[in-house]
Amino acid sequence: MNTVSIVVCGVGGQGVLTASDIISIIALKGGYDVKKSEVHGMSQRGGSVISEVRFGDKVYSPLITDGMADYILSFEKLEALRNLTRLKKGGAVISNDYEIKPASVLMGKFDYPLDIIERIKSTGVELTLVDGVGLALEAGNIRTVNTVLLAALARKLSFEKELWIKSTLERVPKKTHEVNRKAFELGYNL
Amino acid sequence: MKKVMMGNEAVARGAWEAGLHVATAYPGTPSSEILESISKYPEIYSEWCTNEKVALEVATGASFAGARALVAMKHVGLNVAADPLFSLSYIGATGGIVIVTADDPSMHSSQNEQDNRHYARAAKIPVLEPSDSEEARRFMKIALQMSEEFDTPVLLRLTTRISHTRTVVNTEERKEIPIKKYEKDFKKRVILPMNARTLHYKVEERTKKLREFANNFKENKIEMKSKDIGIITDSISYQYVKEVFPLASVLKIAMPWPFPYKLAREFASSVSRLLCIEENDPFIEGYIRQLGIEVEGKDKVPMVLELNPDRVARSFGVDYGDPVEVKVDDLPPRPPSLCPGCPHTGFFYIANKLKLIVTGDIGCYTLGALPPLNAIDTCVEMGASITNAHGIQLALRAEGNEDIKKVVGVIGDSTFFHSGITGLINTYYNGGIGTVVILDNRTTAMTGHQGHPGIGRTLMGTPGRKIDIPKFIKGIGIEHVYTVEPYDIERIEEVLKREIARDDISVVIVKGPCVLISEFERKAYFYVDEDKCNGCKLCLGVGCPAISMEGDYSRIDKYLCTGCSLCARVCPFDAIVQKEDK
Ligand SMILES: Cc1ncc(C[n+]2csc(CCOP(=O)(O)OP(=O)(O)O)c2C)c(N)n1
Repeated sequence: MNTVSIVVCGVGGQGVLTASDIISIIALKGGYDVKKSEVHGMSQRGGSVISEVRFGDKVYSPLITDGMADYILSFEKLEALRNLTRLKKGGAVISNDYEIKPASVLMGKFDYPLDIIERIKSTGVELTLVDGVGLALEAGNIRTVNTVLLAALARKLSFEKELWIKSTLERVPKKTHEVNRKAFELGYNL
Repeated sequence: MKKVMMGNEAVARGAWEAGLHVATAYPGTPSSEILESISKYPEIYSEWCTNEKVALEVATGASFAGARALVAMKHVGLNVAADPLFSLSYIGATGGIVIVTADDPSMHSSQNEQDNRHYARAAKIPVLEPSDSEEARRFMKIALQMSEEFDTPVLLRLTTRISHTRTVVNTEERKEIPIKKYEKDFKKRVILPMNARTLHYKVEERTKKLREFANNFKENKIEMKSKDIGIITDSISYQYVKEVFPLASVLKIAMPWPFPYKLAREFASSVSRLLCIEENDPFIEGYIRQLGIEVEGKDKVPMVLELNPDRVARSFGVDYGDPVEVKVDDLPPRPPSLCPGCPHTGFFYIANKLKLIVTGDIGCYTLGALPPLNAIDTCVEMGASITNAHGIQLALRAEGNEDIKKVVGVIGDSTFFHSGITGLINTYYNGGIGTVVILDNRTTAMTGHQGHPGIGRTLMGTPGRKIDIPKFIKGIGIEHVYTVEPYDIERIEEVLKREIARDDISVVIVKGPCVLISEFERKAYFYVDEDKCNGCKLCLGVGCPAISMEGDYSRIDKYLCTGCSLCARVCPFDAIVQKEDK
């Protein structure tokens, strides 16, 4: 199989690394070679966070640079746009419909762009905007946003749905299994 | 068994499989997870040391006594440990000893992008460079083996993309290696000049043997494909080369020093066009040129910042990737910042207000240099705050300048133990009058909350002895030592004004836990009473990520707010109030 490249991005503290971990474990279970890059240290203190996952028969570069990504899974709208040039023509964006204002905006130096969606759409790529918070609340716990988003990606990839659910539940507290299962269904059946 | 492992975890795994006995380190991104992973293997004794020099010396002692030892650090840590490194090269290994250096091309979390392959050449010790986690595991084992076989410390060089990339690893079981019996060896381990002279001859002999070994080392690999183009590469660059040039022949260098001249010559003569693709310095390229061979390298490949498929492709005009076209260069940046409720913020707010000359140091608190706090004038390397402050005061003293009373050195608790203490003693001894501020957040926050001597918890989870910082400083003989609460900015201002005016050295400790550790207690959140807020934006001056302007008023994100009260304390209109119940 040709290598599939996924950029997972968001803001420090949103759970980007856990999400990309789950994807990489599923790909390994699916019998593929996998590579996954992540960022630690200075870059995590509320800054932009990117993690790249690639899987296929044989994967070389762990990094996904301009025009290499098949998918962008973003936990925040501005970060989806920031990383958009990594997407190849014909790729797809799945983004949380959620804004976190960076310090540069809070301090009034920049405006949070109002045309993010238009800009993404203008490139002709497929965009799935997910009301992560709304669906997570519907599932019964705001902290299941990441599960909703992962599920929205899962339905585009070829792995078994049950494998996704199992791998996701392994990473969350036992008593939240029921709500996470529900959250997964909501994201999967968008 | 197949697992997905981070490079750092794989190094730990390899060390465990190879029967490692002792592991030491001082944390530093991107190396920190090596010791954290090792600490989970009960067969290995592991400890956080106060700094890298100490860590290497402890590991050296273990090797003297016949144990297999590993020491891990980030690239700049090796500068701190360079003194024992160069001696150890002469002394060699009894139990195998491997120094793991994690370099940081692109400076994701570092002050420079030094290329530690140079240390191998300078100290005359072999260096191995894995290109993924599986190799990190295997090379760790090879390194321990080589160390004992060639009687030399071995450098294992990772980079951020090796350390922090997860790739598939085939794990094996541990093989127990007995600790050799301790034997005194004056000629080997006491490097008096008379012994060192003999030892240096031995080092040169060793290098000859290692050079032969390099030419036949099976991890230095030729992958022959098209004869039109041949690429010599190493480390993570190998992966980008395979990605961008799938048809090229490749010489993958796993051990760049001693350089496998013979192998390189053989490879170069079998291809019509030769490229050398490596990150940062032209280390391998230099050796190819020494052979008088034409090569395309750093004339095209960037020297600054890490490589990636895009940069490798563009260096040689190759089309790679088919990106969508969209404008993104006008987006608001999202740099890291101090967390809401960070105990470092209050001091910086006051330092900025008093227009102090602040020499900084390395840690989360370096972020106090950024707007809106703008409170740090210098940052050089770990420990430099106290010593730089002393030097600035010496210069200002000569000028008879009033500014001499505005100089403050600021340092974190972990950094103080790492390399602040010697500087403080120096200032005291030489009659310096500076004020030193220690930001004691009860952890090594920047690198992921490791323990240190002020905390009293060891890496292996046993209770350790705890050093009381004020008591320690008073023990030196410094009289003026004061501890203040991190959010009580009125008191911080009062104490600082008093201490900088003093004609004597003093130390102010700002003590309160990092918001990301369990000791921190979140309090009820604050909100803005719009009837009182006049939109003056003074509260934005603390630089809290929870505060923003919403129209004419400021607004506090109640989910981000930790209830620290700093913003309420700076508001002149009492417009920021705490929610009653939690
Ligand atoms: C020689 C060296 N070793 C390690 C590091 C990595 N490093 C950067 S800051 C830091 C320690 C920070 O701890 P502390 O001084 O307590 O400040 P905090 O981050 O907790 O505010 C470390 C270990 C470095 N930059 N240089």
